[in-house]
Amino acid sequence: MKRSCNRKETKTVNRVARIRKALVPVAFLLPFGIIFCMFVIFPFIFGITISFFNWNMFDASRTSFAGFGNYYKILFNSESIYFSYFWNGLKNTLLFVAISVPLLIILPLIFAGLLDRKPYGFRFFRFSLFVPTVLSISTVVIIWSWQFYANGGVINEFLKKIGIGGPNWLNAQPWAWVAILIVTLWWTIGTNMVIFSAGMKNVDQSLYEAAKLDGAGAIRSFWHITLPGISNQIVLCLLMTMIASFNVYGQPQLLTGGGPVIDGDFTTTVLMMRIRTIGMGANANPGVSSAMSVCMGIIMIAVSIVQSRVSKRRGD
Amino acid sequence: MAEKRKRRLNKGRLISMAILIPITLLWLVPLVWGFVTSFKTDADIDAHLLSFIPREFTLDRYIKLFTDFEQYPVLLWLWNSVYTAALYTILHLVVVSLAAYAFSLLRFKGQNILFTCVLATMMIPTVINLVPMYNMMVAFDWIGSPLALIVPGAAGVFGLFIMRQFFLGIPKSLIESAQVEGAGQFTVFLRIVLPLSSSAFMVAGIFAFLSNWNDYMWPQIIMGAEDIAMMTLPVGLSLMQGSYNYDLGLTMTAAITSAIPVLILFMFTQEKVIEGIATSGMKD
Repeated sequence: MKRSCNRKETKTVNRVARIRKALVPVAFLLPFGIIFCMFVIFPFIFGITISFFNWNMFDASRTSFAGFGNYYKILFNSESIYFSYFWNGLKNTLLFVAISVPLLIILPLIFAGLLDRKPYGFRFFRFSLFVPTVLSISTVVIIWSWQFYANGGVINEFLKKIGIGGPNWLNAQPWAWVAILIVTLWWTIGTNMVIFSAGMKNVDQSLYEAAKLDGAGAIRSFWHITLPGISNQIVLCLLMTMIASFNVYGQPQLLTGGGPVIDGDFTTTVLMMRIRTIGMGANANPGVSSAMSVCMGIIMIAVSIVQSRVSKRRGD
Repeated sequence: MAEKRKRRLNKGRLISMAILIPITLLWLVPLVWGFVTSFKTDADIDAHLLSFIPREFTLDRYIKLFTDFEQYPVLLWLWNSVYTAALYTILHLVVVSLAAYAFSLLRFKGQNILFTCVLATMMIPTVINLVPMYNMMVAFDWIGSPLALIVPGAAGVFGLFIMRQFFLGIPKSLIESAQVEGAGQFTVFLRIVLPLSSSAFMVAGIFAFLSNWNDYMWPQIIMGAEDIAMMTLPVGLSLMQGSYNYDLGLTMTAAITSAIPVLILFMFTQEKVIEGIATSGMKD
């Protein structure tokens, strides 16, 4: 009798101990879990939901189900103003991705390759090329606006000195895009450069020695040893850079304001700027804006899948 | 032979240096020029725009910025940016280090699946979250509140990843011996794991600080229509840049002022920042 009672007691004690033990990870995960679910998972689901509604943020009674109405509007209904906003913005975003991503990979590769040869003053070079990445986009744009002003800007003033008439950088095409591209390169190149640099440090040095014995020059050994040696980093940077370029916002918003407008075409208004202005503010249409975001998200995911397929096949 | 090899090595170093010098100068010109120009008089800027040496050295703009808070609240913006970024960093580190401990040093059912799921959310295009987050901020009445800049981003997956990697490298024997002495998990976390992880905290912390400090679109959404005194630096500066009420030299000086604290922070933490970014490239 006494024995069985004891056993029961230890059983409950065990159970309590077990539950307590099971609760430990929960306690550690709770703060992260709450914030993560609330501000990462929930908005994602909420955003997809909004895209199927005529959403009114301030008056719930004026919110109604729209089905694929918002998607139809932006994708196919050429009568709708949102149709032109979406396709124009998408065209500009894709243009920026197409011209910026290759340069944002190739230039950092070259810089990292040069740094990998351990130049005298290595730390100074690395510091200088990396340092713009720690500045905010507002600071960057203020500094660069001075370089680009058509009259009284540093670049055109310099060009005048050597007898060349400079273009109206921020108000004519293709110069507005060139300016946005220059600012983007200057601002963000450091991250990829540092990642490539670290990858190059891990490449087996004996391979270079062997290549040298075979009479390969610096450029050939860069091409045949360094690049394959850091293929992981290249694939990763390609993905991150592509995502960042799709999300471009600050550079065109602050540098060109989405202009110049040529024949009613907002030539540097990227999709993110449309999503931002349509989704918020006095005349907001969150449903349409969310539908645009979902479309943009699908395109981004599709591009990353294609890209990872291609790079995997290359790797085999 | 040894002599010859040394000389050849030097040749490679010299050539790369020779190529890097002009590139680097080009890279530094806008920054250095902006810094110098902030000390020039207006007349001097007009007459000698390209000169890197002020003919007449003036501190007028800095004095204006540092004394006239009503009209040029740059110092207020600086303070707003500092304290939101600092609070954000602290919250992020607390939240992420606790979760990283669970994902690395505890054992529970579904651990790996859960961690994979969390990592997988990095693929969610953040653009989809933008409008709903704005709706939520309106519902919470967080428009114009620093809370909107501090809380939502605190569960950053990148920081979680860095911490977990680091915690996995802590010798198990240390933790086990503490447990033998009867220490609970939280005690182990506080007394053993935290003191060993200062470098992981540094890397994740610098990252969090810089990303919050430099964020533009989200703070602009939250603070853009609010009282000018509530703005963070990037938002306030963009306001100055887009407004005709501020002259260009002053805007440039404000931009330089805003850059100096981060540049100093970066000079001292350069190795950590670069190491952190390099680590992010090492994951598969």
